[in-house]
Amino acid sequence: MALSARQLKVGDTHEEQVVDNLTRTQIVQYAGASGDYNPIHTDEAYTTKIAGYPSVFAHGMLTMGMTGVMLTNYVGDGRLTKFGVRFTKQVWPGDSLTAKATVEAIREEGGQHFVDLTLSTVNQSGEEVLSGYASARIDP
Amino acid sequence: MAIDKFPIEAGHIMLFARAVGDPNQIYYDEAYAGTTEVGSIIAPPTFVQASAQFDPDYRLRPKIGQPWFGSGKEPTGVPPGSGGGGTGLHAEQHYEYHRHPRPGDVLTATVKPGQTWERQGRRAGKLIFTESITEYRNQHGELLVTSRGVGVRTERPVEQS
Repeated sequence: MALSARQLKVGDTHEEQVVDNLTRTQIVQYAGASGDYNPIHTDEAYTTKIAGYPSVFAHGMLTMGMTGVMLTNYVGDGRLTKFGVRFTKQVWPGDSLTAKATVEAIREEGGQHFVDLTLSTVNQSGEEVLSGYASARIDP
Repeated sequence: MAIDKFPIEAGHIMLFARAVGDPNQIYYDEAYAGTTEVGSIIAPPTFVQASAQFDPDYRLRPKIGQPWFGSGKEPTGVPPGSGGGGTGLHAEQHYEYHRHPRPGDVLTATVKPGQTWERQGRRAGKLIFTESITEYRNQHGELLVTSRGVGVRTERPVEQS
């Protein structure tokens, strides 16, 4: 289901919880699928004793990937034209994340309609872990 | 870091979608995908990150017969300090989609270095940012995805508040 320019207005929001109680196993799954085996994400001994962090933590790209789930659920499959983020805080095992998109603009370019969104993903304490933007093709 | 051959494969897409917690059928069910607007399985928006699997020199993958900096008997398998101080972290990631990759596309990735800059951080000392731009093209030379990543090397671990 794609969005429609007629039905959207600036300020509309869509949010979803994208993970509840993030597990170390999901982080391992992401390491395996993405190929990023940096031990700071999966190896507690290395991370606490050598890297100096209290525990392993999620790949930024896992947080972006989970934010992308909310985004494609909202704009539809194959509709994204841009997706960019900054990682603002680390995400730890046990965190629960909620990702939100807010409509910034609805525009038409060469007969094609687009929506521009701002993105924010927060943890269970309301702290922002990711901020970003996206654009997608929408129906008239 | 250039990648000569990154074949987009349905099984890999399914594993990647599971890892980000996405149950969308478009990522594993060919019959369903065929009935949708896109007409086939497609890659999730951050999937090209998995091109690391096809980079023969990728630093963050253990190599057969070579020391690995993660733990075994000891917390690290390399002499401490040999990896430089601080930690490399991902600071920003930006994608532009010209067409979403799908099984059957065989991508190449070409990487151009971007800017480098420094900033004094509040929680991790001096921060050195490095940008790189990657273009993913398929076997027909069609540009599918442009990626701009920014990495940061911290002087010390990020302080936790």
